[in-house]
Amino acid sequence: MNGTTEAALTVERVSHSYGQRKALDEVSFSVAPGSFTVLLGLNGAGKSTLFSLVTRLFAARKGRIAIFGHDVAREPGEALRRLGVVFQARTLDLDLSVMQNLAYHAALHGIGPTEAARRGLVALERVAMADRARDKARALSGGQMRRVEIARALLHGPRLMLLDEPTVGLDIKARADIIGHVRSLVRNENLGVLWTTHLIDEVGDADDVVVLHQGKVLAAGPAAAVIANAGARNIGDAFTRLTGARAEATA
Amino acid sequence: MTEIGIKSEPAAGFTLRQYLVCLYGVVWREALRFVHQRERFVSALVRPLVWLFIFAAGFRQVLGISIIPPYDTYVLYEVYITPGLMAMIQLFNGMQSSLSMVYDREMGNMRTMLVSPLPRWFVLTSKLAAGAAVSVLQVYAYLAIAWFWEIEPPTPLGYLTVLPALILVGLMLGALGMLLSSLIRQLENFAGVMNFVIFPMFFASSALYPLWRVQESSPLLYWVCQANPFTHAVELIRFSFYEKFDPLAFGVVFGCAVVFLGGAIVAYDPARGMLVRKGQ
Repeated sequence: MNGTTEAALTVERVSHSYGQRKALDEVSFSVAPGSFTVLLGLNGAGKSTLFSLVTRLFAARKGRIAIFGHDVAREPGEALRRLGVVFQARTLDLDLSVMQNLAYHAALHGIGPTEAARRGLVALERVAMADRARDKARALSGGQMRRVEIARALLHGPRLMLLDEPTVGLDIKARADIIGHVRSLVRNENLGVLWTTHLIDEVGDADDVVVLHQGKVLAAGPAAAVIANAGARNIGDAFTRLTGARAEATA
Repeated sequence: MTEIGIKSEPAAGFTLRQYLVCLYGVVWREALRFVHQRERFVSALVRPLVWLFIFAAGFRQVLGISIIPPYDTYVLYEVYITPGLMAMIQLFNGMQSSLSMVYDREMGNMRTMLVSPLPRWFVLTSKLAAGAAVSVLQVYAYLAIAWFWEIEPPTPLGYLTVLPALILVGLMLGALGMLLSSLIRQLENFAGVMNFVIFPMFFASSALYPLWRVQESSPLLYWVCQANPFTHAVELIRFSFYEKFDPLAFGVVFGCAVVFLGGAIVAYDPARGMLVRKGQ
């Protein structure tokens, strides 16, 4: 997707299987710095497996994954410190305050309490949550928790961010809010973003798109190119033509 | 966002300070969780006290304890079972903290931890140290209450000499729990592990009765008790509480701690571990 600069994320011919069941089959694509890349696929397409492999929950059986050139298997420390992650499941500790959650995450990255507090406030301000720093995570709404999770993922200054179906379970306003925040990060901070979703209407005209279906990449590239190559009118139509399945859109 | 340093290229590798910050952060979170979960603290304290005040009171007339090391004189049954109850607190804590790992993993907290760029063995060991620290605090809280009933070491120094033993036992039982947590997929299965791990370990040990008594009734059970690492955990605590050192108990507990932790690190290893097979 980019010829001149180093890719934020490179996935090269990655295959993975659970026993006999093949979850990913020769998957290749890349995410450029400063790009918003949507990994589009239905449930069961292999998105979660790919996500687990990039975050090194477990290692790929075949292929290579690199973050800014650092191989996840061979240099996990260098790769993971450049990566921010927002998991699909809520991962805040509900009994702790927002700031305590951030401080814990910072510690896991070797950032001390004083520096964590400073970075935490800056990050919370970016997602308009600074006034809730002392509140218990339990007291937040779903959308607010997501925003805190995004702030947390940015705390150690990653240059690539992964978000796994981050808008699941949120109302329309909160969804728009989260997407807006992340897009502004891409625009203003040159952050590379991989956003996995099964919701077609989260794809923007200027985004890069990777269509994953039954463990295979069916198309990858700028949204306009994917639509044109599929001979479709829009991305939803392109997805249907490529996969033979109807994509989901929310009201 | 430049203030956070988003565009700066991090230096390669990690400093000793960063390792310490991580360890401190994990222990601090465990302590905070412990403080917030008051019922967990209370139940951790009530359980051994029930054994001490009800079970021991009922059994003191039934079981005669002869003079066996480290004791120089006849001791009350309450005094005899106190090291066993201290180890029981740590056994429950080790299993509970691994229960929290299974729960965490399902809730995603564990994933947050495993995505840390610091080496995974270090993150897991930090988690283990945090659990052990909490279990040591629980034991001292129990000892503080037991003191009012004159259950105490021969000299106050015993409170200090037992500390290294408590730390080692806490690490060993925590490591066992961690190893089990990597093998358990679902929360429901954990109840079974409690029944199949905690109760057999506790009852087939020297926690409640000296092993010579077990040997009289069943030589086979005696050997099972001898092979049980929990027996050695109890004896290590018993001897250190009396300012004495039991080399065999130390060797077994230390060896088991290393083996269990090694197993847990392999089980959580991305390439070789259980997670890759289970596809979590």
